[in-house]
Amino acid sequence: MSKVLYSSISQKFIMALAGLFLITFLPVHLGINLLLLNSDPEPFNRAAKFMSDFPVIKIMEIVLFAAIMIHIIYGILLQIQNWIARPVRYKKSNRSETAPFSRFMIWTGGIIFIFLIIHFFNFYFIKLGLVEGDPYNFYDVAWQLFTNPLINIIYWVSFILLGFHLYHAFHSAFQTIGLNHRIWTPLIKGVAFIYAVIIPAGFSLIPLYIWIVSS
Amino acid sequence: MKITLDIWRQKSRNEKGRFVRYELEEVSPEMSFLEMLDLLNTNLIKRGEDPVAFDHDCREGICGTCGMYVNGHPHGPVKSITTCHLSMREFKDGDTITVEPFRARSFPVIKDLVIDRMSLEHIQVAGGFISVKTGSAPEANTIPVPKKNADEAFDAASCIGCGACVAACKNASAMLFLSAKVSQMALLPHGKPEAKQRAREMVAAMDDMGFGRCSNTGACEAKCPKNIKITNIARLNREYYKAY
Ligand code: HEM
Ligand code: SF4
Ligand code: FES
Repeated sequence: MSKVLYSSISQKFIMALAGLFLITFLPVHLGINLLLLNSDPEPFNRAAKFMSDFPVIKIMEIVLFAAIMIHIIYGILLQIQNWIARPVRYKKSNRSETAPFSRFMIWTGGIIFIFLIIHFFNFYFIKLGLVEGDPYNFYDVAWQLFTNPLINIIYWVSFILLGFHLYHAFHSAFQTIGLNHRIWTPLIKGVAFIYAVIIPAGFSLIPLYIWIVSS
Repeated sequence: MKITLDIWRQKSRNEKGRFVRYELEEVSPEMSFLEMLDLLNTNLIKRGEDPVAFDHDCREGICGTCGMYVNGHPHGPVKSITTCHLSMREFKDGDTITVEPFRARSFPVIKDLVIDRMSLEHIQVAGGFISVKTGSAPEANTIPVPKKNADEAFDAASCIGCGACVAACKNASAMLFLSAKVSQMALLPHGKPEAKQRAREMVAAMDDMGFGRCSNTGACEAKCPKNIKITNIARLNREYYKAY
């Protein structure tokens, strides 16, 4: 029985489930953030307060952190095993048949991780009291933050790389949990593409809009 | 045709290898790739040098031994064929061809282009069979098998165990090979009684052999000489989940 916990397929399964959970979280997060485009701070701040006070959401927050940690730990573990599996590299190697973004998952993932840390410094750590700022007015925090062009560039680049990660991740996760179908799989790949464009585009729009309006 | 070969030479398992260049003047486009290597070896022997060791047996795409990495592709640049079916027509006069052994921790080089594929054998031995005698073929209609299952099982059974999927995979994963071996049994009634044990044991054997983990990149499917599909990998995953 203990073998099942460490097997390659189990590791991928756990990672895929954690990843799929994150995939459902992103649209929720984006939906709330789009309220930042409203010139009235009230709706966004109310939503943010609801998210930090409502008990069910509090539990979801723990699940979310667990999912991120599990996903990252398993991702790194798998990648190390994969590097070890080919100690001598090819002199001439053609990767044209390898799904393009699948090759860079560890790098796009790693940059998302660095972004998350920056992002936490910008917002979440204010709530925890680790960073100065008004935890009841994230609207102003965001409008302040995104006047800085450097922060904007960091966010845009991270979102584009997130899109690269998501495009492969989305359909890969279905294959990992065992779902591959003559009709559904091409459809899932289509949805993966749309998702991987819309989510990063939506997230990028917010800092871009704030930056344009403020300058 | 004049062909320059850049070939991996390695005396034995433990010795360091290196690439060596050879010029071949009188290559004919009618030759197969292996015949071209035979020509090289004839020249080498005449010169008193050690010929290039490479595996081959059937030379008709069924034994699965002839795999080598030709110009960045397992079994060469042409889809759906083994190295022995590769023709020199695919190359041009003056070409340089890089020839390497399949590279994976689980495929140690024995000599030059010859690799040890016992790791695949170990996976197969762990459960890729039915452990009772199934006797001779019964009357065809006594055990009904849906046509679709029969076809898919047959396709999976066409895997020749060449290891090109491992060679092509950026992670050196053997999932396509294993998925073919599990699928050919999982799809037929005879394979059902031992399905759980088979999935558990064969996956454990694969992990023990030090292959990489599947990233669903699709490279294996694209390079498999027998067109084994990655839908088999999804089936293997399902079989594995069902086993616990
Ligand atoms: C925080 C840093 C992150 C790291 C280090 C990371 C790392 C990875 C790696 C290395 C893989 C490829 C695994 C493989 O080779 O099969 C992967 C796959 C995946 N990632 Fe991430 N990732 C991160 C963030 C995210 C985020 C934010 C999401 C979703 C919103 C996500 C969703 C997925 C999914 C669904 C997969 C597919 C799993 C599978 O192939 O079965 N990842 N991740
Ligand atoms: S799945 Fe294809 S590439 Fe892999 S061992 Fe079988 S025949 Fe060779
Ligand atoms: S020599 Fe048998 S498959 Fe090529």
